[in-house]
Amino acid sequence: MSGVTKAQTIEEKQYLVRFNADTESHLHVLDHDTCLSKCPDKICTIFCPAEVYKWEDIRMHVGYEGCHECGSCRIGCPHENIKWVYPKGGHGIVFRLG
Amino acid sequence: MSEKFDCIVVGAGPAGISCAYEMAKSGLNVVLIERGEYPGSKNVMGGVLYRKMMEDIIPEFYKEAPLERPVVEQRFMMLDKQSASTFSYKGLEWAEEPYNNFTVLRAKFDQWFADQAVKQGALLINETVVLECIVENGKVIGVKTDREAGEIFADVVVLADGVNSLLAKSLGFHKEFRPDEVALATMEILKLDKKIIEDRFNLEPNQGCTFEIFGDATKGILGTGFLYTNKDSLSIGVGTLLSGMIKKKIKPYELLEYVKNHPIIRPYIQGSEPIEYLAHLIPEGGYHSMPKVCDNGVLVIGDAAQLVNAIHREGSNMAMTSGKYAAETVLLAKERGDYSVRTLDTYRMKLMGSFVGQDLKKYKDATHHFDKYPQYFEQYIPMLNRAASQMFTVDGTSKWDKQKKIWNDLGSNREKLKMARDILRAMKVVK
Repeated sequence: MSGVTKAQTIEEKQYLVRFNADTESHLHVLDHDTCLSKCPDKICTIFCPAEVYKWEDIRMHVGYEGCHECGSCRIGCPHENIKWVYPKGGHGIVFRLG
Repeated sequence: MSEKFDCIVVGAGPAGISCAYEMAKSGLNVVLIERGEYPGSKNVMGGVLYRKMMEDIIPEFYKEAPLERPVVEQRFMMLDKQSASTFSYKGLEWAEEPYNNFTVLRAKFDQWFADQAVKQGALLINETVVLECIVENGKVIGVKTDREAGEIFADVVVLADGVNSLLAKSLGFHKEFRPDEVALATMEILKLDKKIIEDRFNLEPNQGCTFEIFGDATKGILGTGFLYTNKDSLSIGVGTLLSGMIKKKIKPYELLEYVKNHPIIRPYIQGSEPIEYLAHLIPEGGYHSMPKVCDNGVLVIGDAAQLVNAIHREGSNMAMTSGKYAAETVLLAKERGDYSVRTLDTYRMKLMGSFVGQDLKKYKDATHHFDKYPQYFEQYIPMLNRAASQMFTVDGTSKWDKQKKIWNDLGSNREKLKMARDILRAMKVVK
């Protein structure tokens, strides 16, 4: 590329953000078999803006630590298979600017 | 915490803070609950704050508030792969008091704004999630938080908990929003020297501009890109309906990179350094998606009530106005000693009678329409650019011949008819 921007990959972008992650996840895939058998696209792995969801062989890995708490996965999961709550008070993403 | 408050406001964004500010100023005992480390730490906005509605809360706030730049120029770019047709308005009247709008960085602004509410006497509690509303005999009487023994009681609870209003949903005010009722936006803050920004965007010091970018910024999906100038940074972002992102299987951060590296956009951000990456949902369902906004002992304001005008990128102003009306209604309820929906419905009436309700009504079918007919973004914007290119390329062809070429480019008679119908339809949904 042109050297215009760094932070081109999602990993690099996520390094720009401060997270105060809880020890427990606030995101839960309700039924991993649903992802396996009923969701060929694993669409959450595509539209999640923080790549929180990663498909690993037979189950969905949820990297909740990097969640932006946007709510897209709760609304966008075609099988309503994600239990979504806010992280505990004070935890989760901390925006400094935006 | 056994103390009973006049009002509990859940969420310290523009809606919640406005509401708490107004009530505290009138002497009510108000608690403002924020789940983040500080107000603004969970909030994302492209970055345009409108002066009028903010000034309705705090007159001359711009003399003190942490703002970036007053906006003097607004550009609308119809973007194709290698071209752009731009419409722009620049008005130096906007460079002077009382200004029209400002670019802001929300984490800074919201902290300042919340401080002002605290100065009026509101009690701000950070780092606290409200888990549910406490309902008794069909009336909301308080909230349960994630603090130990964290029940708080009040005559009224105002829900300002944003686009993911789990509280309004749990009260049955609305069902889960559909993917075509919310837009997923990602953005980055790019650090860039003040002087370079001013040179590059033709600005004097303390002047700002905004770009709204249509067409290829979203690869033809319904949505927009944006580029705003801050003091010594730029905010660049892109948002499309979540349904569009799902349909086209686009990764939001890759779309953002696409915009940043677009040959028409890239020169504007050249040499900048990304310093923050953000993602958020915008409630864009509009009028048809508005939930119930009041019931016994409870009001819903701001994003939680879907108060966004996607066509005019307005939201924070509607949030503030709704917060103000909610505050006025709570005051009225206290005066009457009646916190039932009979009195609280005053809020809904005020809201729907104001520019908020009127504008939502005006554009009630717009998002849905442009979502249903993707040709506006996919076909007509490239067509417009081709026509402009034809007309402005001087190559010895006569202008009549050029017009003929443009006319032929519009397609068969049937396609032209379809286009004419689309134009009429578009006019109808925004009229």
